[in-house]
Amino acid sequence: MATPLRLAALLLVLVAAFASAARADLVVSRADRKVDLTSHIVRVLTSLKVENAGSEPVSKVLLAFPNIQAKNLAAIRAFGTEGKVKGLSSVLPIEVVEPSGVPPELTFFSASLHKPLQKGKILHLDVLTVFTHFLQPFPEEITQADSQLVVFQDSSHYLSPYPVKVQTLSIRLPGGRVESYTKYGNTKLVDSELKYGPYEDVPPFSYNPIIVHFENNNPFAVAKELIREIEISHWGNVQITEHYNIVHGGARLKGEFSRLDYQSRPYARGVSSFRHLIARLPARAHSIYYRDEIGNISTSHLWSDSKKTQLEIEPRFPLFGGWQTTFTIGYGLPLQDFVFSADGKRFLNITFGSPMEEILIEKLIVKVVLPEGSKDIDVSAPFPTNQWQEVVPHWTIDN
Amino acid sequence: MAELEAGSISMAAGGGGRLRNALSGMLCAFALLLIGVLAFSIRLFSVIKYESVIHEFDPYFNYRVTQFLSKSGIYEFWNWFDDRTWYPLGRVIGGTVYPGLTLTAGTIWWLLNSLNIPLSVETVCVFTAPIFSANASWATYLLTKEAKGHGAGLMAATILAMVPSYISRSVAGSYDNEAVAIFALIFTFYLYVKTLNTGSLFYATLNALSYFYMVCSWGGYTFIINLIPMHVLLCIVTGRYSSRLYVAYAPLVVLGTLLAALVPVVGFNAVLTSEHFASFLVFIILHVVALVYYIKGLLTPRLFKVAMTFVLTVGLALCLAVVAILAALVASSPTKGWSGRSLSLLDPTYASKYIPIIASVSEHQPPTWPSYFMAINVLAFLVPAGIISCFLPLSDASSFLVLYLVTSVYFSGVMVRLMLVLAPAVCILSGIALSEAFNVLTRSMKFQRPISDDTLPTAGDSTPGSSSTATITTSTKNANIKKEKMGTISKERSSKKSRKETELVGSSPVRPEKEEKLCVLPSEASAMGILFLIMLCGLYVIHCVWAAAEAYSAPSIVLTSRSHDGLHVYDDFRESYAWLRHNTEVDDKVASWWDYGYQTTAMANRTVIVDNNTWNNTHIATVGTAMSSPEKGAWEIFNSLDVKYVLVVFGGLIGYPSDDINKFLWMVRIGGGEFPHIKEQDYLRDGNYRVDAQGTPTMLNCLMYKLCYYRFAETDGKGFDRARRYEIGRKHFKLTHFEEVFTTQHWMVRIYKLKPQKNRVRGKLKLKLKSSSKTSLMRKGAGKKNPWQ
Repeated sequence: MATPLRLAALLLVLVAAFASAARADLVVSRADRKVDLTSHIVRVLTSLKVENAGSEPVSKVLLAFPNIQAKNLAAIRAFGTEGKVKGLSSVLPIEVVEPSGVPPELTFFSASLHKPLQKGKILHLDVLTVFTHFLQPFPEEITQADSQLVVFQDSSHYLSPYPVKVQTLSIRLPGGRVESYTKYGNTKLVDSELKYGPYEDVPPFSYNPIIVHFENNNPFAVAKELIREIEISHWGNVQITEHYNIVHGGARLKGEFSRLDYQSRPYARGVSSFRHLIARLPARAHSIYYRDEIGNISTSHLWSDSKKTQLEIEPRFPLFGGWQTTFTIGYGLPLQDFVFSADGKRFLNITFGSPMEEILIEKLIVKVVLPEGSKDIDVSAPFPTNQWQEVVPHWTIDN
Repeated sequence: MAELEAGSISMAAGGGGRLRNALSGMLCAFALLLIGVLAFSIRLFSVIKYESVIHEFDPYFNYRVTQFLSKSGIYEFWNWFDDRTWYPLGRVIGGTVYPGLTLTAGTIWWLLNSLNIPLSVETVCVFTAPIFSANASWATYLLTKEAKGHGAGLMAATILAMVPSYISRSVAGSYDNEAVAIFALIFTFYLYVKTLNTGSLFYATLNALSYFYMVCSWGGYTFIINLIPMHVLLCIVTGRYSSRLYVAYAPLVVLGTLLAALVPVVGFNAVLTSEHFASFLVFIILHVVALVYYIKGLLTPRLFKVAMTFVLTVGLALCLAVVAILAALVASSPTKGWSGRSLSLLDPTYASKYIPIIASVSEHQPPTWPSYFMAINVLAFLVPAGIISCFLPLSDASSFLVLYLVTSVYFSGVMVRLMLVLAPAVCILSGIALSEAFNVLTRSMKFQRPISDDTLPTAGDSTPGSSSTATITTSTKNANIKKEKMGTISKERSSKKSRKETELVGSSPVRPEKEEKLCVLPSEASAMGILFLIMLCGLYVIHCVWAAAEAYSAPSIVLTSRSHDGLHVYDDFRESYAWLRHNTEVDDKVASWWDYGYQTTAMANRTVIVDNNTWNNTHIATVGTAMSSPEKGAWEIFNSLDVKYVLVVFGGLIGYPSDDINKFLWMVRIGGGEFPHIKEQDYLRDGNYRVDAQGTPTMLNCLMYKLCYYRFAETDGKGFDRARRYEIGRKHFKLTHFEEVFTTQHWMVRIYKLKPQKNRVRGKLKLKLKSSSKTSLMRKGAGKKNPWQ
């Protein structure tokens, strides 16, 4: 607990030293941040109203994050519209930049505007950021009967290289107990919503650490590795096989695990554990199986309708903090839903990610097995990937 | 006679006969194919009802070995030293395992993969047993055909394809040695009988190779190497010695023994242990007899008599000397040269007296009558008829079958497990009985019309040629086709090997038609008889399907129960193994009773102290002692063995009867056998084993009781044990040296962790030192309480 605090303090000093480094003429006239802490994946939606107060047109908006946040940043998206009122927003391309003369403790992203922002014009910018491993369990080890408490750290001021005129921060908590939170002026906790602000006229690079210590018993399901195999068969089938290695990423279980307590009072004893995972499979998924290396796992349920197929799986045992398990799910999909042809070529349009809900994947390997004789293979992914190809002899009867 | 008749048939029928032969050959092949499909598919109930998974205990070990083989290759496999079992001793797998099954499945897997059919090793292992069951029924066909012709062969093959006794060991997933060994056994017998019938050295060599495969596959090969000598001896004694017998036996012993010695697990045992001595003795006798026959041919009868007396005296003296040497050799070894398992075969009470570890296995118990009925069902009634039919006429082949049956009946009476060896014999003899019965009855039906037209004697008096012409003109019936084919085939064979024609006539399975004509039954009686037999067969089929679907399909690692609210699955074993696999350190040692050793290494991938191999009695006794000791003593034993987790199987919550509490008395017995401070009486109240309020304090205080019943009373407030159906004796207690780390959903498996030793309080160090020296002295005096200190 002490270490992050000190880090934050250190950061503050550094930030103060380099505060003068901001030299763009942009001013953030309003910043509203909504932080969602209900699951173990932290989603932050920042709505910015950016005004060009200088004389030059500006084509880039810088977004700053402390390095400790940036290393946990899983995804960032920016949507922008120009004008007084919010209209249709378009996705802005984002890249990492290293402007000169800024503190090394900060990571900068720059959102490129489709057309430069003229003098005096206003841009509405929505930035959605998703962080993983952001909630630190504290205490790190709990017993079966304890609920899991986690710590969230951020700044009550929006960290920006530009001066911010008005800003608010609201944090949605999962409900349940709130152990403590940093109190400044204009702080209030209503139900499970914590509000900071509004703060007015905050200088650039202002960092005002807050710490929220609260109860979060939502499943901290972390897939240490997920291998997805997408196999395209000539028989009109896309076979998907997903090998999961799941760990409960929350506070570790210490002491004994008593089945008696778990069975007799599951909500009191074992509240921090989870035993279900829900996968939303595409519609018309068929031949679904769920097993691990020692055989079939019989605890699963399946619902399906015309829009989706919902698979609820239970691992062999409830997962407490630090416990791991592996399993494999597999299903077949109709080929015509995912493969289409154009210009004499065939295209496979399929998602990269896992169908599991609220799961964090640390390492993802996607293998696409193409039919024998496929050539001119070309991949387009929305983000950079490591790619390699190998030739594997496969089913004789399939080719 | 048969050849003559067959010749006349083919002459009479001409080209039509050949066509019919080809047709019946095809029919036979098709029937065999169907039998193979039947044998394979009746064993798939386990996959359909449960899943494609390895069953029970030993198959998990075989599966693990096969995985290793497919991953590391054959040379690594021979040199495999497994350090994940029998900690800290380890086990040399390559040298202590019968490799036949593993190599077979490994080869199938490799073959399929090189054909680009990437089945997993598990799938291949699961389906090895059904595939080999199909092979076994084909081998049965061949063996029975050698003795009694095609009809009996097909019948026997069909019966064997679904005999419950064999199904119990060869359902899909039951990946055990027996699965391939039964095929090897029958095939070896077939090749022996084939050699005996033909005198061909080619078949003799094949026989030795087949015997080698059997030696590779199963310890039960000793049955072959004792049964065949017995039969040879029988043939010699009954005056049926021939050069064919010599060709059938001598190469088998020489080549077979050489080949057997190549298998690491057998090695020099092939010539050193008593199990094999009978074969050598008969080998010598056979040579003496051969010499006698040779000399008999050279000398005049008078001279022969003189020589005979001379040779007999010298020979007897020599024999006595050899026997004396052998006896001395045998007597010098403590078990008289017999392994414990074989000894318990000869003396059924041996194991229960001296080797509790063999007696403790349920499949080593003598069977009960119901289990006979369960295993062979109506075949038990058919077998006597089969024996009678084997004596009409008695050939070398049929006498072999009778001898096989008699010996296997004895062995199956000793051990439930050997019911498996009995099954083929019973099937073959029942097949013969059924085939003969159908033969007689259908013939009676068929010849009713000629009898009503003519008189019986004229039909009987008619020449063989004319009668068979009549047969051809009237017949389209199955039995008749078979009859003809048998005739023609034996004729073809005889023409191929005309030099052995004279010998063949003696052993020909075909009986003269003239004789058959005489025993014609009234048509009503035969119709009734046929109906009755069909009904009997129907009953048998129903029983077999029931046995395959209900009794033997459960994989035993997954239990199911059907209640009013649907099917309930108890998957606790795999739950616990999966937990161990993922949530303990990879080098942690897990102690459990030896039953779960193979499963723990295969499914949980953790090192175990003892497993189902049971090669080291002391080690098992150590675990037994720990389980029967109070908590502290047990902790010391386990700690000295580097054990981190203790696993117990407990059925008290759901009423699963084969749990550790019910097995516990064997732990006490085996532990007490090595460490005398564990006394069985301490755990029994008035000779009764119980864990209720009447249980002895030693019992209610031992580790096994505590680990099983820890906090059990809190489930229902009373501690009612559903497996034993009474309330437990000691309800509320705490564990001081162990802590519960995992219990499965239905409490069937409970895993405990050894608590680390408590820190010593500094001030008490001196005092402790003094007292500890005293206690260690006392411990020495009291005998080995903890064998590892």
